[in-house]
Amino acid sequence: MSRFKKKKGNEDVPEISTASLPDIVFMLLFFFMVATVMRDNDLLLNNVLPKADQITKLEKKDRVMFIFMGKPSERYQAKFGKGDKIQLNDRFSEVSEIKNFVLAERASRDPALEKVLTASLKVDRDTKMGIVGDVKQELRKIEQYKVNYTTQKGSVLD
Amino acid sequence: MAKRSAPQVNAGSMADIAFLLLIFFLVTTTIETDSGINRKLPPIEDKPDTPEIKMKNIFTVMVNKNDQLLVEDQLMELSELREAAIAFLDNGGDGSCVHCKGVKDIASSDNPDKAIISLQNDSETSYKAYISVQNELVAAYYFLRDRESMTKYGKTYRELEMMFDDPKTPEAMRTKIEPLIKEIQSMFPQKLSEAEPKRN
Repeated sequence: MSRFKKKKGNEDVPEISTASLPDIVFMLLFFFMVATVMRDNDLLLNNVLPKADQITKLEKKDRVMFIFMGKPSERYQAKFGKGDKIQLNDRFSEVSEIKNFVLAERASRDPALEKVLTASLKVDRDTKMGIVGDVKQELRKIEQYKVNYTTQKGSVLD
Repeated sequence: MAKRSAPQVNAGSMADIAFLLLIFFLVTTTIETDSGINRKLPPIEDKPDTPEIKMKNIFTVMVNKNDQLLVEDQLMELSELREAAIAFLDNGGDGSCVHCKGVKDIASSDNPDKAIISLQNDSETSYKAYISVQNELVAAYYFLRDRESMTKYGKTYRELEMMFDDPKTPEAMRTKIEPLIKEIQSMFPQKLSEAEPKRN
């Protein structure tokens, strides 16, 4: 019967085991590693993509270059105005700079991938087609024919 | 007075719970990938050769600066565009197209091979309207291709395309699928031409 005797006295407040703390920390670490999408360039402009449903995925990041278009974000509006702008890498650019941008992108990638390199146009939904047409014309001049109008998934009717 | 002892918290199962959560999040989270409408820009030609195209073989879609649609000189809502484009492509007016199920109207397109959709937008058109129109026109082609693919091979065109693009598909399968895709494409070739935007 002594086996079940309650121990009394000579006991301090027991410490809570911290043995599982590394597990929790690692769990959080893994979670954030998996769920975070690396954003390589800061957006200087408003970029709400339009919706479409006939879409294909852009799988391989190393075969894509991004061209952003839209109105400058509020904090840049005083400096750059409210007109539609183009962003290449991390700064505002002119239409004429697209040529050099495409050439630089091509040079930085594997030469074998040059044929399949796609220009992803991330254009704000309220952008006017004038500037988009200019960019497309510029891409045609440099023979960058593969483009992807990047959109959100959704119905076009709402 | 006897000391009151707090009961020991059993932490042995904590690791199990942590791993359970970890696996749950690993399975449920998807890394966001970009997606969009793939298109190929036409090359710039010095001398644009203009073969004679009959007006009835051209389906004109114009988008004005207020994002309104003018389809074949008629005002149209975006929701009706897909139907109209399908009817035009599937018409088969000269009777040479055996897989067409359209009304065979002589005043509309001769066959899918000759039918061209011409899209023109204003420089003040919003990008949203442009994408919506592109989306609807691409959808019309997909609808017809899916239909033909379904009756011939029991799979939609999109499924064939996905199988072809999937890196897990074995090479033997891929060489088998490729001619099927080519054939469906030739039944309804995507002839979507974009005019240079109108300058004001």
